[in-house]
Amino acid sequence: MIKMIPVLSFAVLCASATLAISAPGAGQQTVLDRYAAEAKAAAPAFAGFSAERGKAFFLAHPASGKPDTPSCTTCHTADARQIGHSRAGKEIGPLAVSATPDRFTDIAKTEKWFTRNCDSVLGRACTAAEKGDFITFMVSQ
Amino acid sequence: MTFRSMAIRGGSASLAVLLALAGPAAAAVDSAQAVTAKECGACHMVFPADMLPARSWTAIMAGLSDHFGENAALDPAAAMQIGGYLTTHAADASGMNKHALRGLAANMTPLRITDTPAWIRAHKGEVSPAAFTSPKVKSKSNCVACHAEAARGVFGDD
Ligand code: HEC
Ligand code: HEC
Ligand code: HEC
Repeated sequence: MIKMIPVLSFAVLCASATLAISAPGAGQQTVLDRYAAEAKAAAPAFAGFSAERGKAFFLAHPASGKPDTPSCTTCHTADARQIGHSRAGKEIGPLAVSATPDRFTDIAKTEKWFTRNCDSVLGRACTAAEKGDFITFMVSQ
Repeated sequence: MTFRSMAIRGGSASLAVLLALAGPAAAAVDSAQAVTAKECGACHMVFPADMLPARSWTAIMAGLSDHFGENAALDPAAAMQIGGYLTTHAADASGMNKHALRGLAANMTPLRITDTPAWIRAHKGEVSPAAFTSPKVKSKSNCVACHAEAARGVFGDD
Protein backbone atom coordinates (compact mmCIF):
# COMPACT_ATOMS: atom_id res chain seq x y z
CA MET A 1 0.00 0.00 0.00
CA ILE A 2 2.77 2.37 0.92
CA LYS A 3 4.41 1.55 -2.39
CA MET A 4 1.21 2.34 -4.26
CA ILE A 5 1.10 5.95 -3.18
CA PRO A 6 3.99 7.27 -5.27
CA VAL A 7 2.82 5.20 -8.25
CA LEU A 8 -0.66 6.59 -7.91
CA SER A 9 0.43 10.17 -7.51
CA PHE A 10 2.72 9.75 -10.50
CA ALA A 11 -0.26 8.60 -12.54
CA VAL A 12 -2.31 11.55 -11.35
CA LEU A 13 0.55 13.87 -12.22
CA CYS A 14 0.77 12.42 -15.74
CA ALA A 15 -2.94 12.75 -16.24
CA SER A 16 -2.99 16.38 -15.20
CA ALA A 17 0.11 17.13 -17.26
CA THR A 18 -1.59 15.65 -20.34
CA LEU A 19 -4.66 17.73 -19.62
CA ALA A 20 -2.63 20.89 -19.20
CA ILE A 21 -0.92 20.29 -22.54
CA SER A 22 -4.01 19.57 -24.59
CA ALA A 23 -6.35 22.26 -23.26
CA PRO A 24 -6.15 25.55 -25.15
CA GLY A 25 -4.97 28.56 -23.18
CA ALA A 26 -7.18 31.64 -22.93
CA GLY A 27 -5.55 33.22 -25.99
CA GLN A 28 -6.08 30.17 -28.18
CA GLN A 29 -9.63 29.78 -26.87
CA THR A 30 -10.52 33.31 -28.02
CA VAL A 31 -9.24 32.52 -31.52
CA LEU A 32 -11.01 29.13 -31.56
CA ASP A 33 -14.28 30.73 -30.41
CA ARG A 34 -14.13 33.12 -33.30
CA TYR A 35 -13.57 30.35 -35.85
CA ALA A 36 -16.34 28.27 -34.22
CA ALA A 37 -18.80 31.15 -34.64
CA GLU A 38 -17.78 31.53 -38.30
CA ALA A 39 -18.02 27.77 -38.89
CA LYS A 40 -21.49 27.66 -37.36
CA ALA A 41 -22.63 30.59 -39.47
CA ALA A 42 -21.34 28.80 -42.61
CA ALA A 43 -22.87 25.42 -41.70
CA PRO A 44 -25.49 25.24 -38.94
CA ALA A 45 -24.75 21.50 -38.53
CA PHE A 46 -21.19 22.34 -37.33
CA ALA A 47 -20.45 20.00 -34.42
CA GLY A 48 -17.08 21.20 -33.12
CA PHE A 49 -13.45 20.97 -34.18
CA SER A 50 -11.44 17.78 -34.53
CA ALA A 51 -7.70 17.31 -33.88
CA GLU A 52 -7.83 14.21 -36.13
CA ARG A 53 -9.11 16.22 -39.10
CA GLY A 54 -6.58 18.96 -38.31
CA LYS A 55 -3.77 16.41 -38.40
CA ALA A 56 -4.90 15.03 -41.77
CA PHE A 57 -5.13 18.57 -43.13
CA PHE A 58 -1.63 19.41 -41.86
CA LEU A 59 -0.07 16.29 -43.45
CA ALA A 60 -1.98 16.49 -46.76
CA HIS A 61 -0.48 17.24 -50.17
CA PRO A 62 -3.48 18.85 -51.86
CA ALA A 63 -1.71 19.49 -55.21
CA SER A 64 -3.82 22.58 -55.90
CA GLY A 65 -1.44 25.35 -54.78
CA LYS A 66 1.90 26.76 -55.88
CA PRO A 67 4.46 24.15 -57.02
CA ASP A 68 7.15 25.10 -54.46
CA THR A 69 4.81 24.68 -51.49
CA PRO A 70 3.04 21.30 -51.87
CA SER A 71 2.18 20.90 -48.15
CA CYS A 72 2.12 22.65 -44.79
CA THR A 73 4.90 20.21 -43.90
CA THR A 74 7.17 21.69 -46.61
CA CYS A 75 8.10 24.41 -44.12
CA HIS A 76 6.70 23.24 -40.78
CA THR A 77 8.03 19.60 -41.11
CA ALA A 78 5.77 16.60 -40.47
CA ASP A 79 6.38 16.91 -36.71
CA ALA A 80 4.75 20.10 -35.46
CA ARG A 81 7.00 20.05 -32.38
CA GLN A 82 10.12 20.47 -34.51
CA ILE A 83 11.70 23.67 -35.81
CA GLY A 84 10.82 24.23 -39.46
CA HIS A 85 12.51 26.21 -42.25
CA SER A 86 11.28 28.72 -44.78
CA ARG A 87 12.29 28.17 -48.40
CA ALA A 88 14.98 30.81 -47.93
CA GLY A 89 16.46 28.78 -45.06
CA LYS A 90 15.22 30.81 -42.08
CA GLU A 91 14.16 28.91 -38.97
CA ILE A 92 10.45 28.79 -38.10
CA GLY A 93 9.57 28.07 -34.47
CA PRO A 94 7.37 24.98 -33.92
CA LEU A 95 3.61 25.39 -34.40
CA ALA A 96 2.83 22.94 -31.56
CA VAL A 97 1.50 24.96 -28.65
CA SER A 98 3.45 22.79 -26.17
CA ALA A 99 6.66 24.01 -27.83
CA THR A 100 5.60 27.61 -28.60
CA PRO A 101 2.94 28.65 -26.07
CA ASP A 102 2.01 31.94 -27.76
CA ARG A 103 0.96 30.33 -31.05
CA PHE A 104 -2.59 31.17 -32.22
CA THR A 105 -3.12 33.86 -29.58
CA ASP A 106 -2.91 36.91 -31.87
CA ILE A 107 -5.80 36.74 -34.32
CA ALA A 108 -4.26 39.26 -36.74
CA LYS A 109 -1.06 37.23 -36.98
CA THR A 110 -2.87 33.90 -37.23
CA GLU A 111 -5.21 35.21 -39.95
CA LYS A 112 -2.35 36.76 -41.91
CA TRP A 113 -0.52 33.44 -42.11
CA PHE A 114 -3.61 31.34 -42.84
CA THR A 115 -4.39 33.75 -45.69
CA ARG A 116 -0.89 33.44 -47.15
CA ASN A 117 -0.15 29.78 -46.51
CA CYS A 118 -3.57 28.42 -47.49
CA ASP A 119 -3.27 30.27 -50.81
CA SER A 120 0.31 29.00 -51.33
CA VAL A 121 -0.47 25.36 -50.44
CA LEU A 122 -4.13 24.92 -51.44
CA GLY A 123 -4.60 27.70 -53.98
CA ARG A 124 -7.63 28.93 -52.02
CA ALA A 125 -8.64 30.34 -48.65
CA CYS A 126 -9.08 27.88 -45.78
CA THR A 127 -12.53 27.56 -44.24
CA ALA A 128 -13.15 28.48 -40.61
CA ALA A 129 -13.68 24.77 -39.90
CA GLU A 130 -10.27 23.90 -41.38
CA LYS A 131 -8.58 26.65 -39.37
CA GLY A 132 -10.24 25.52 -36.13
CA ASP A 133 -9.36 21.85 -36.77
CA PHE A 134 -5.75 22.86 -37.49
CA ILE A 135 -5.41 24.87 -34.27
CA THR A 136 -7.12 22.13 -32.27
CA PHE A 137 -4.53 19.66 -33.58
CA MET A 138 -1.66 22.05 -32.74
CA VAL A 139 -3.06 22.54 -29.22
CA SER A 140 -2.96 18.73 -28.79
CA GLN A 141 0.70 18.57 -29.87
CA MET B 1 17.82 68.43 -47.72
CA THR B 2 17.74 68.65 -44.38
CA PHE B 3 16.93 69.84 -41.06
CA ARG B 4 20.58 70.06 -40.23
CA SER B 5 21.45 72.48 -43.04
CA MET B 6 18.38 74.54 -42.19
CA ALA B 7 19.53 74.81 -38.62
CA ILE B 8 23.03 75.81 -39.60
CA ARG B 9 21.78 78.53 -41.88
CA GLY B 10 19.14 79.78 -39.50
CA GLY B 11 21.40 79.82 -36.47
CA SER B 12 20.34 78.94 -32.97
CA ALA B 13 16.86 80.43 -33.29
CA SER B 14 15.84 77.50 -35.44
CA LEU B 15 17.21 74.94 -33.02
CA ALA B 16 13.87 74.79 -31.25
CA VAL B 17 12.13 74.35 -34.60
CA LEU B 18 14.62 71.66 -35.49
CA LEU B 19 13.96 69.75 -32.31
CA ALA B 20 10.22 70.11 -32.69
CA LEU B 21 10.39 68.81 -36.25
CA ALA B 22 12.90 66.05 -35.62
CA GLY B 23 10.85 64.39 -32.88
CA PRO B 24 7.82 63.17 -34.80
CA ALA B 25 9.70 62.79 -38.09
CA ALA B 26 12.27 60.50 -36.49
CA ALA B 27 9.53 58.46 -34.84
CA ALA B 28 7.74 57.94 -38.16
CA VAL B 29 10.95 56.73 -39.83
CA ASP B 30 11.60 54.33 -36.98
CA SER B 31 8.24 52.76 -37.15
CA ALA B 32 8.37 52.27 -40.93
CA GLN B 33 11.74 50.60 -40.45
CA ALA B 34 10.37 48.46 -37.63
CA VAL B 35 7.35 47.38 -39.69
CA THR B 36 9.65 46.53 -42.60
CA ALA B 37 11.92 44.51 -40.33
CA LYS B 38 9.00 42.59 -38.84
CA GLU B 39 7.09 41.88 -42.05
CA CYS B 40 9.98 41.42 -44.46
CA GLY B 41 12.05 39.47 -41.96
CA ALA B 42 9.56 36.67 -41.34
CA CYS B 43 10.76 34.30 -44.06
CA HIS B 44 14.30 35.51 -44.68
CA MET B 45 16.67 38.15 -43.34
CA VAL B 46 15.59 41.73 -43.92
CA PHE B 47 17.34 42.55 -47.18
CA PRO B 48 19.09 45.94 -47.13
CA ALA B 49 17.02 48.55 -48.96
CA ASP B 50 20.16 50.00 -50.54
CA MET B 51 20.93 46.88 -52.55
CA LEU B 52 18.17 47.47 -55.13
CA PRO B 53 16.89 50.57 -56.92
CA ALA B 54 13.54 52.08 -55.93
CA ARG B 55 11.84 50.72 -59.07
CA SER B 56 12.70 47.18 -57.96
CA TRP B 57 11.14 47.69 -54.52
CA THR B 58 8.02 49.14 -56.13
CA ALA B 59 7.74 46.05 -58.35
CA ILE B 60 8.34 43.69 -55.40
CA MET B 61 5.69 45.43 -53.30
CA ALA B 62 3.21 45.24 -56.18
CA GLY B 63 3.67 41.47 -56.52
CA LEU B 64 3.54 40.22 -52.93
CA SER B 65 0.67 37.80 -53.50
CA ASP B 66 2.99 35.82 -55.78
CA HIS B 67 6.37 36.52 -54.20
CA PHE B 68 8.97 34.06 -55.55
CA GLY B 69 6.39 31.28 -55.55
CA GLU B 70 4.67 32.17 -52.28
CA ASN B 71 1.88 34.36 -51.09
CA ALA B 72 3.42 37.10 -48.89
CA ALA B 73 0.48 39.51 -49.09
CA LEU B 74 0.17 42.34 -46.56
CA ASP B 75 -2.64 44.62 -45.53
CA PRO B 76 -2.59 47.82 -47.61
CA ALA B 77 -1.56 50.12 -44.74
CA ALA B 78 1.54 48.08 -43.88
CA ALA B 79 2.40 47.68 -47.58
CA MET B 80 2.25 51.47 -48.08
CA GLN B 81 4.50 52.11 -45.12
CA ILE B 82 7.03 49.47 -46.14
CA GLY B 83 7.04 50.58 -49.79
CA GLY B 84 7.75 54.12 -48.61
CA TYR B 85 10.62 53.02 -46.42
CA LEU B 86 12.25 50.80 -49.05
CA THR B 87 12.04 53.31 -51.91
CA THR B 88 13.38 56.21 -49.84
CA HIS B 89 16.33 54.07 -48.69
CA ALA B 90 16.93 52.42 -52.08
CA ALA B 91 20.30 52.30 -53.84
CA ASP B 92 19.29 55.22 -56.08
CA ALA B 93 17.82 57.36 -53.29
CA SER B 94 19.94 60.38 -52.52
CA GLY B 95 23.09 59.63 -50.54
CA MET B 96 22.65 55.87 -50.72
CA ASN B 97 24.70 52.95 -52.04
CA LYS B 98 25.20 53.66 -55.76
CA HIS B 99 27.68 50.76 -55.65
CA ALA B 100 24.88 48.23 -55.86
CA LEU B 101 23.76 49.76 -59.17
CA ARG B 102 27.05 49.31 -60.99
CA GLY B 103 26.44 47.66 -64.36
CA LEU B 104 22.66 47.73 -63.99
CA ALA B 105 20.92 49.08 -67.10
CA ALA B 106 18.38 51.79 -66.38
CA ASN B 107 15.65 49.82 -68.14
CA MET B 108 16.14 46.73 -65.99
CA THR B 109 14.13 46.09 -62.87
CA PRO B 110 15.66 43.11 -61.04
CA LEU B 111 13.42 41.51 -58.43
CA ARG B 112 16.41 39.89 -56.79
CA ILE B 113 19.59 41.38 -55.33
CA THR B 114 21.20 38.13 -56.48
CA ASP B 115 20.31 39.03 -60.10
CA THR B 116 22.10 42.39 -60.04
CA PRO B 117 25.44 42.65 -61.90
CA ALA B 118 27.09 44.03 -58.74
CA TRP B 119 26.06 41.01 -56.65
CA ILE B 120 27.03 38.56 -59.37
CA ARG B 121 30.45 40.21 -59.72
CA ALA B 122 31.07 40.17 -55.93
CA HIS B 123 30.44 36.41 -55.81
CA LYS B 124 32.03 35.28 -59.06
CA GLY B 125 35.19 33.28 -58.34
CA GLU B 126 34.70 33.87 -54.60
CA VAL B 127 32.04 31.22 -54.14
CA SER B 128 31.60 27.95 -56.01
CA PRO B 129 28.09 27.61 -57.47
CA ALA B 130 27.58 24.38 -55.51
CA ALA B 131 28.05 26.25 -52.21
CA PHE B 132 24.78 28.07 -52.79
CA THR B 133 22.75 24.87 -52.96
CA SER B 134 24.52 22.97 -50.18
CA PRO B 135 22.12 21.79 -47.46
CA LYS B 136 23.46 24.34 -45.00
CA VAL B 137 22.99 27.31 -47.31
CA LYS B 138 20.02 26.14 -49.41
CA SER B 139 19.78 29.30 -51.49
CA LYS B 140 21.74 32.29 -52.79
CA SER B 141 19.21 34.43 -50.99
CA ASN B 142 20.29 33.02 -47.63
CA CYS B 143 22.94 35.72 -47.11
CA VAL B 144 23.24 35.03 -43.37
CA ALA B 145 24.50 31.50 -44.02
CA CYS B 146 27.79 33.01 -45.28
CA HIS B 147 27.74 36.58 -43.98
CA ALA B 148 27.33 36.21 -40.24
CA GLU B 149 26.64 39.91 -39.85
CA ALA B 150 24.35 40.30 -42.88
CA ALA B 151 21.35 41.08 -40.71
CA ARG B 152 23.18 44.23 -39.58
CA GLY B 153 23.99 45.13 -43.18
CA VAL B 154 27.66 44.10 -42.92
CA PHE B 155 29.04 42.12 -45.90
CA GLY B 156 32.70 41.43 -46.57
CA ASP B 157 35.61 42.89 -44.70
CA ASP B 158 36.13 46.32 -46.17
C1 HEC C 1 6.57 28.28 -47.50
C2 HEC C 1 6.69 27.94 -46.11
C3 HEC C 1 5.39 27.65 -45.34
C4 HEC C 1 4.39 26.77 -45.68
C5 HEC C 1 4.30 25.85 -46.89
C6 HEC C 1 3.40 26.87 -44.64
N1 HEC C 1 3.80 27.78 -43.70
FE1 HEC C 1 2.77 28.33 -42.05
N2 HEC C 1 4.22 29.69 -41.58
C7 HEC C 1 5.36 29.91 -42.31
C8 HEC C 1 6.11 31.02 -41.75
C9 HEC C 1 7.43 31.58 -42.26
C10 HEC C 1 5.36 31.47 -40.64
C11 HEC C 1 5.65 32.67 -39.74
C12 HEC C 1 6.83 32.52 -38.88
C13 HEC C 1 6.45 32.22 -37.47
O1 HEC C 1 5.33 32.54 -37.04
O2 HEC C 1 7.29 31.64 -36.77
C14 HEC C 1 4.18 30.61 -40.57
C15 HEC C 1 3.18 30.74 -39.62
C16 HEC C 1 1.99 30.07 -39.66
C17 HEC C 1 0.86 30.36 -38.79
C18 HEC C 1 0.82 31.44 -37.70
C19 HEC C 1 0.74 30.77 -36.34
C20 HEC C 1 0.56 31.77 -35.20
O3 HEC C 1 1.55 32.00 -34.50
O4 HEC C 1 -0.54 32.29 -35.04
C21 HEC C 1 -0.15 29.54 -39.18
C22 HEC C 1 -1.57 29.50 -38.62
C23 HEC C 1 0.34 28.71 -40.25
N3 HEC C 1 1.65 29.05 -40.52
C24 HEC C 1 -0.40 27.73 -40.88
C25 HEC C 1 0.02 27.03 -42.00
C26 HEC C 1 -0.82 26.07 -42.70
C27 HEC C 1 -2.25 25.72 -42.33
C28 HEC C 1 -0.08 25.61 -43.76
C29 HEC C 1 -0.52 24.62 -44.83
C30 HEC C 1 -1.80 24.89 -45.46
C31 HEC C 1 1.21 26.30 -43.70
N4 HEC C 1 1.23 27.13 -42.62
C32 HEC C 1 2.22 26.14 -44.63
C33 HEC C 1 5.77 29.22 -43.41
C34 HEC C 1 5.01 28.28 -44.10
C1 HEC D 1 5.92 34.36 -46.79
C2 HEC D 1 7.36 34.42 -46.82
C3 HEC D 1 8.00 35.73 -47.28
C4 HEC D 1 7.76 36.99 -46.81
C5 HEC D 1 6.78 37.43 -45.72
C6 HEC D 1 8.63 37.87 -47.56
N1 HEC D 1 9.40 37.15 -48.43
FE1 HEC D 1 10.83 37.88 -49.69
N2 HEC D 1 11.22 35.99 -50.33
C7 HEC D 1 10.55 34.85 -49.94
C8 HEC D 1 11.06 33.72 -50.68
C9 HEC D 1 10.58 32.27 -50.53
C10 HEC D 1 12.08 34.21 -51.51
C11 HEC D 1 12.93 33.42 -52.49
C12 HEC D 1 14.09 32.82 -51.73
C13 HEC D 1 14.95 31.94 -52.56
O1 HEC D 1 14.94 32.00 -53.78
O2 HEC D 1 15.70 31.17 -51.95
C14 HEC D 1 12.15 35.64 -51.27
C15 HEC D 1 13.06 36.49 -51.88
C16 HEC D 1 13.10 37.86 -51.73
C17 HEC D 1 14.03 38.74 -52.42
C18 HEC D 1 15.10 38.32 -53.39
C19 HEC D 1 16.36 37.84 -52.66
C20 HEC D 1 17.48 37.59 -53.63
O3 HEC D 1 17.65 36.43 -54.07
O4 HEC D 1 18.17 38.55 -53.97
C21 HEC D 1 13.72 40.03 -52.02
C22 HEC D 1 14.42 41.29 -52.47
C23 HEC D 1 12.61 39.92 -51.09
N3 HEC D 1 12.27 38.60 -50.92
C24 HEC D 1 12.02 41.01 -50.48
C25 HEC D 1 10.97 40.92 -49.56
C26 HEC D 1 10.31 42.07 -48.99
C27 HEC D 1 10.60 43.51 -49.31
C28 HEC D 1 9.37 41.59 -48.11
C29 HEC D 1 8.40 42.36 -47.25
C30 HEC D 1 7.46 43.18 -47.96
C31 HEC D 1 9.44 40.12 -48.17
N4 HEC D 1 10.42 39.77 -49.06
C32 HEC D 1 8.66 39.25 -47.42
C33 HEC D 1 9.57 34.77 -49.00
C34 HEC D 1 9.04 35.83 -48.28
C1 HEC E 1 27.54 30.67 -50.19
C2 HEC E 1 27.96 31.81 -49.40
C3 HEC E 1 27.39 33.19 -49.71
C4 HEC E 1 26.08 33.57 -49.80
C5 HEC E 1 24.84 32.69 -49.64
C6 HEC E 1 26.07 35.00 -50.02
N1 HEC E 1 27.37 35.47 -50.07
FE1 HEC E 1 27.94 37.41 -50.33
N2 HEC E 1 29.88 36.82 -50.40
C7 HEC E 1 30.34 35.55 -50.15
C8 HEC E 1 31.78 35.55 -50.27
C9 HEC E 1 32.68 34.34 -50.03
C10 HEC E 1 32.17 36.86 -50.62
C11 HEC E 1 33.58 37.40 -50.90
C12 HEC E 1 34.37 37.57 -49.67
C13 HEC E 1 33.90 38.70 -48.86
O1 HEC E 1 34.05 39.82 -49.31
O2 HEC E 1 33.34 38.43 -47.80
C14 HEC E 1 30.94 37.64 -50.68
C15 HEC E 1 30.88 39.01 -50.96
C16 HEC E 1 29.74 39.80 -50.84
C17 HEC E 1 29.72 41.23 -50.97
C18 HEC E 1 30.89 42.13 -51.27
C19 HEC E 1 31.55 42.50 -49.98
C20 HEC E 1 32.75 43.36 -50.19
O3 HEC E 1 33.13 43.98 -49.21
O4 HEC E 1 33.28 43.38 -51.29
C21 HEC E 1 28.43 41.65 -50.74
C22 HEC E 1 27.88 43.06 -50.73
C23 HEC E 1 27.65 40.44 -50.51
N3 HEC E 1 28.48 39.34 -50.57
C24 HEC E 1 26.29 40.44 -50.27
C25 HEC E 1 25.53 39.29 -50.20
C26 HEC E 1 24.08 39.29 -50.09
C27 HEC E 1 23.19 40.54 -50.04
C28 HEC E 1 23.69 37.99 -50.07
C29 HEC E 1 22.27 37.45 -50.01
C30 HEC E 1 21.33 37.98 -50.98
C31 HEC E 1 24.90 37.17 -50.14
N4 HEC E 1 25.98 37.99 -50.22
C32 HEC E 1 24.92 35.78 -50.13
C33 HEC E 1 29.57 34.45 -49.83
C34 HEC E 1 28.19 34.38 -49.88
